[in-house]
Amino acid sequence: MSLNIADVEKVARLARLAMSEQEMQAAQTQLSNIFGLIAEMQAVDTTGIEPMSHSQDLSQRLRSDTVTATNQREAFQSIAPQVEQGLYLVPQVIE
Amino acid sequence: MRRGGFPLPPSLFPLPLKEMINTSLTQMGAALRAKQISSVELTQSYLDRIAAHNPQLNAFITVNPEVSLAQAREADVRLASGTAEALTGIPFAQKDIFCAKGWLTTCGSKMLHNFVSPYDAHVISQFNNAGAINLGKTNMDEFAMGSSNETSYFGSVKNPWDTSRVPGGSSGGTASAIAARLCAAATGTDTGGSIRQPAALCGISGLKPTYGVVSRYGMIAFASSLDQAGPMARSAEDLALMMNVMSGFDERDSTSLQRETEDYARDLNKPLNGLRIGLPKEFFATGLDNDVALAVQAAIDEYKKLGATVVDISLPNSKLSVPVYYVLAPAEASSNLSRFDGVRYGYRAPEYTDLADMYEKSRAQGFGEEVKRRIMIGTYVLSHGYYDAYYLQAQKIRRLIAQDFTEAYKHCDVIMGPTSPSTAFKLGEKGDDPVQMYLSDIYTIAVNLAGLPGMSIPCGFGANNMPVGLQIIGNYFEEARMLNVAHQYQLATDWHTLTPNAL
Repeated sequence: MSLNIADVEKVARLARLAMSEQEMQAAQTQLSNIFGLIAEMQAVDTTGIEPMSHSQDLSQRLRSDTVTATNQREAFQSIAPQVEQGLYLVPQVIE
Repeated sequence: MRRGGFPLPPSLFPLPLKEMINTSLTQMGAALRAKQISSVELTQSYLDRIAAHNPQLNAFITVNPEVSLAQAREADVRLASGTAEALTGIPFAQKDIFCAKGWLTTCGSKMLHNFVSPYDAHVISQFNNAGAINLGKTNMDEFAMGSSNETSYFGSVKNPWDTSRVPGGSSGGTASAIAARLCAAATGTDTGGSIRQPAALCGISGLKPTYGVVSRYGMIAFASSLDQAGPMARSAEDLALMMNVMSGFDERDSTSLQRETEDYARDLNKPLNGLRIGLPKEFFATGLDNDVALAVQAAIDEYKKLGATVVDISLPNSKLSVPVYYVLAPAEASSNLSRFDGVRYGYRAPEYTDLADMYEKSRAQGFGEEVKRRIMIGTYVLSHGYYDAYYLQAQKIRRLIAQDFTEAYKHCDVIMGPTSPSTAFKLGEKGDDPVQMYLSDIYTIAVNLAGLPGMSIPCGFGANNMPVGLQIIGNYFEEARMLNVAHQYQLATDWHTLTPNAL
């Protein structure tokens, strides 16, 4: 299977990755090769086979709805790129 | 076919400090508790070795001697007070994928080049509680995506047996550090072979436990349904001691299994009489280098001498494991790595116009090529209209692959084969073709897909005098038996005791 440039552009946008024209062309070739490898999977008959996500087929455990974590705002914000008065700063979103 | 390296003398106590680095964790712990050596002395001797050899090997991203020595002083207090445990005072290294409070934790990425973790991963807490010393954070492929350690933002790691060759990946820094005796032992993680393949390429021992046995809390996520942490060391006996510390239920990991505590060293000394070894024909077919095949065959012959019998088995769907893996792992990675947005921690691009531009530029500049490639594969296979054809189909074939193993274990106790189709390749050799690199994990990936435990132990040398690894795959929760199988081999052979000549 091969991807066209429009596919690559769409995927880059969905994945929030800025890419130059040149990078997209390189990605097109490499991704097409990888999808060539993956294509082998399509011919397998999996009728009636249940998908597997955990080897022990566990369902997600539930916990009681109580507060367990302590507030660590200062520790967490000390490693943020930009904060002000306890808030994370990002470019203006709403005019 | 022994070449290179030299056998080490049998250990007798008290040993001079420079020989202490070649003793087992059991002997090291005993020497510490008997006050033949202090943790500060031992830690300093490893820090000296790191200072001497790391500039060449690049196995560590971060060392912090003051912090390590402070931990060693605390361990010495504990050793003096008689409350020491098996690993108290022993210096370990930690793969840089584990968050460690106050330590730079990069995951091999520019995205986290400035991330000082505000908390400890479960695995790190377990080592801290045991009184172990953290010598530093080991280099790795960026976000554990790679099989050669060449995708690290912090530069390639070198294989101590030949510094023009790769150590394997993604736990390549850990494997290189252990082979060069820059730490007593260390941690790794394995999503598609990242403990076993570098262990094989660097001539050390490594164990990927059954999925769910070691908590993933604080271990930076790559592909959550496959990621599993495990120990890497010189011998199976050392791995067993580390498993006793690393394993156990943790409510902070939703996939952690609630099981009785076990002593992974309990079966080490059992004889192997009657052990049935399954040899999958698919693991000895085209694609396996002859030198690797010869060393693995010699190891199997050794097992026959130890009382084992051999059974031919088949894992017919294992050939699909690479394509299945390259759908599932990137899909989960694209979701896990969406958290890196330049807002709360990590890298933010210096210039941007608006919020979307900030996300796109921060991610484009913060992630390396291989990581971006996998995010894009994952984004594509999860995008509208493709989910059933890719992700769901891959999850169904995953079950077929797991069922092959269940069927095989009706006829054998453990499965053996090569860990990797070749010995360590040259840096840069697999260059620009990701598919070639992906195929180097052909024998390890099926184990992750099935969630089974797998290990690699050194079993000789191949062409160019590079180490070969024997892969041992066990049934679910059979780690103690696998460690027994590996330990008995290591009592009968000395491959695991050999060290690179240059060191």
